[in-house]
Amino acid sequence: MKTQINVRINGQERTDEVEPRLLLIHYLREVIGLKGPHIGCETSICGACTVALNGKTVKSCALLAVQADGQDIVTVEGLATDGQLHPVQEAFWNEHGLQCGFCTPGMLMTTRELIERNPQPTDEEIRHGLEGNLCRCTGYQHIVNAVKSAAAKVGG
Amino acid sequence: METTVTKKTERLIGKPIRRREDPRLITGTATYVEDIELPGMHYAAVVRSPYPAADIKGIDTRAAEQHPGVVAVYTGKDIDHLGAVPCGISLPDLRIPHHHLLAQDRVYYVGHPVAVVVARDRYIAADAIDLVEVEYEPTASVSEPEEALEAGAPAVHAEWADNVAFTHHQAGGDIEKAFAEADVIVKERIVSQRLAPSAMEPRGTVASWNSGDETLTVYSSTQIPHILRTLMAGVLGLPEHKLRVIAPEVGGGFGSKCELYPEEALTAFIAMKIGKPVKWVLTRRDEFLATIHGRGHIDYYELAAKKDGTMLGLKVKIIQDVGSFHMLLTPAMPTLSVLMLPGLYRFKNVHADVVGVFTHRMATDLYRGAGRPEATHGIERMVEVLAAELKMDPVELRIKNFVPPSDFPYDTPMGVSYDSGNYAAILEKAVETVGYSQLREQQEEARRQGRLMGIGIATYGEICAFGPSPALPTGGWESATVKIEPSGQVTVMTGTSPHGQGTQTTFSQIAADELGVDIDDIVVAHGDTSTVQHGVGTFGSRNTSVGGTALVLAIRELKEKIETYGAMLLESDDVTYAAGVCTCNKTGKTVTLGEIAMTSWTGPTYPANTQPGLVATNYWEPPNFAFPFGAHIVVSEVDPDTGEVAIQRYLAVDDCGKVINPLLVDGQVHGGVAQGLGQALYEQVVYDDTGQLVTGEYMDYALPKAAMVPTIETDRTETPSPVNPLGVKGVGEAGTIAASPAVVNSVVDALSHLGVRHIDMPLTPEKIWKLVQQGGSA
Repeated sequence: MKTQINVRINGQERTDEVEPRLLLIHYLREVIGLKGPHIGCETSICGACTVALNGKTVKSCALLAVQADGQDIVTVEGLATDGQLHPVQEAFWNEHGLQCGFCTPGMLMTTRELIERNPQPTDEEIRHGLEGNLCRCTGYQHIVNAVKSAAAKVGG
Repeated sequence: METTVTKKTERLIGKPIRRREDPRLITGTATYVEDIELPGMHYAAVVRSPYPAADIKGIDTRAAEQHPGVVAVYTGKDIDHLGAVPCGISLPDLRIPHHHLLAQDRVYYVGHPVAVVVARDRYIAADAIDLVEVEYEPTASVSEPEEALEAGAPAVHAEWADNVAFTHHQAGGDIEKAFAEADVIVKERIVSQRLAPSAMEPRGTVASWNSGDETLTVYSSTQIPHILRTLMAGVLGLPEHKLRVIAPEVGGGFGSKCELYPEEALTAFIAMKIGKPVKWVLTRRDEFLATIHGRGHIDYYELAAKKDGTMLGLKVKIIQDVGSFHMLLTPAMPTLSVLMLPGLYRFKNVHADVVGVFTHRMATDLYRGAGRPEATHGIERMVEVLAAELKMDPVELRIKNFVPPSDFPYDTPMGVSYDSGNYAAILEKAVETVGYSQLREQQEEARRQGRLMGIGIATYGEICAFGPSPALPTGGWESATVKIEPSGQVTVMTGTSPHGQGTQTTFSQIAADELGVDIDDIVVAHGDTSTVQHGVGTFGSRNTSVGGTALVLAIRELKEKIETYGAMLLESDDVTYAAGVCTCNKTGKTVTLGEIAMTSWTGPTYPANTQPGLVATNYWEPPNFAFPFGAHIVVSEVDPDTGEVAIQRYLAVDDCGKVINPLLVDGQVHGGVAQGLGQALYEQVVYDDTGQLVTGEYMDYALPKAAMVPTIETDRTETPSPVNPLGVKGVGEAGTIAASPAVVNSVVDALSHLGVRHIDMPLTPEKIWKLVQQGGSA
């Protein structure tokens, strides 16, 4: 038995019939075709699936699609506007804040909220702010630099 | 670090160019295996053994098969005609058990694939694996390798009475004489625990069978697409030319994706059976269970020295936890360790005995460093133990024993030849940068205040740039094709298969400099066996050194052809090509690379004895490995009340030869250090006494988070390798190799006045707290 949901995703309204048990991440990736959010652990720890729900970051592997009914979702695909990269994307690129790129969509979404809430974060605040996102490649240092750089750009 | 925006004709090698890979990765438009959608896609899910050792008494698949949406269920009997999961290593007494794609009548580890369910939907496949009824009769199991070696231990494989998977002996010099002449012999048992490589992208495969022309296309998250193709063709009994393997975007590997795994071949087998495309992707839980683990060493070290600190000889016994089956390179892990045993030190007497042991666990195999971190951890711990024994400063002791710069190329007692280096210089640089003597004064002061501060040093040498072909069952060469398109842009195809290293960027830098063209006019392609010439792949810090050299040599060959065409167009026999233009040295007339390229492809005439088209391919076999080296220094403080270790400073001074892109080199060092530090402080794959995997999720396996990794200061010396024309050595594994001994040495140093000489990893707060308590009461 399917349930109808109405969501706004990256600025576009959608109506879909989904199974009640369908995870939000599978809805995004397989129903809508947004392959940016990734599945790294299915246990809400690694953060590769992070998206924004009404402006707040959530792990989309730990939510059901039906829980997103009536809400506003932004994925990594929705960060850039009018062909212009979001400052967070630009900063990760400039600072070499990614290697294999698998964790990156989640990192970008978390960073966006992190610097919104704390426009001038210290290194320590950034590292704690990223605790919900695992990266195996970078050792996090260039990610921390990227967050700082993005914060400076957004704040300045 | 400030990044450089690329400019035409500017020399790019050595510049921190931001990566060419990133635009697709930061916008969510990259395509990993799980992102691939094909019409009619089906989904496979694997039923795994919950027991480490059990006989399979029966499998009832009827309920699963009748479940709506399930297309098929396969068990061991369905695949027993297929080949085995391959092991590519040979050793004289190597025992290779037949490793079926699915368990036959027994299971050998928790997670062992027993059956595979195929359904039209991933949720249905996941539901249906619970409907497969497997009747097991558990038997005695053995999990710890030293217990597995004991007389009377349950035999993992019934065909052999004991659990010895292989042995290996290697010696150089005269070990008996060295030990007889020694004033002091220090001994230690040193464990390098099992680790989960833990690439953020789990393994996965999509396979698609075209029944019309009987061709199979396999997308797999792999580091070795060409090798995977050969191996998979063998396992499936499919002619290799009918099989195309594509490594799409690959989300990290760290060695764990240098295999043919059972599930990869099963996915292909199922696609051929049902005539529909099939997708299979591991869950993280299954990734912990069924992707190879790294390390798994128990080593017994004896180091002999004179009382002035001159090191004379080293005896090592290595016990390698194999797991229940060999994977592609498993037996080579400890034999690689043996080659690195002497570290950077010049003593000539080394004796190594290796025993590989079957246990009822997942297989071990290559994980970042692959045998070399274990050896470096061992020798760098033993040097510290010796320094403590002799009450010598560990910096002084190391410098006294280093191979001197005048001795290169230096033939080690393990039969390899270090290419170039200046080991004392790099340690001295690290010591000066960190302010070593002031740190020792601070440590004295800290101890007076009752604080536990430690200074840890680790130096390392690394065999990398794999490698001459005799060292690898895959061949050790690498390939490159360079093609100038008719419109003048450049397509590079590399046989390497990067998965996060940034090779599209570094190879573009190399090609831009060699050809003198704008970096934006270059694309680097890889990972598709149908479009890219045969290649070996990405592992062992080999991309830039071996693949980059093939690229340089292909371009140099192509430049001769460019000049031949330029000479024809300029009607001169004296021309020079540089910076995208061919110039007549007599008249000064020029013709652009684009004009030459168009002529080369479209004519109407071609130079005599010259083929149409500007394209060249090079397969380069390296004459030797390259040997990066470095010195890392860690300052840490132990909280005596909690046993927690705080890393206060981490300095990494590395020499990876000529640097192509310093931004990317720093990234490799940071990431490598985080993994070595993870081993030192946090990570451990734990099987309990009954053979169950305890660390089956990120809740239990402590992968370092951002707040658990310190800021890493990096610096370099640059000693070109004479092995390749680029002078590069390699940097992919260096950080991991150096970090675990540097961190552990700092913590042991913090506790040394309490009589602590060695602590095995991971340095958990509980372990440290107990030592502090015992030290306090001793």
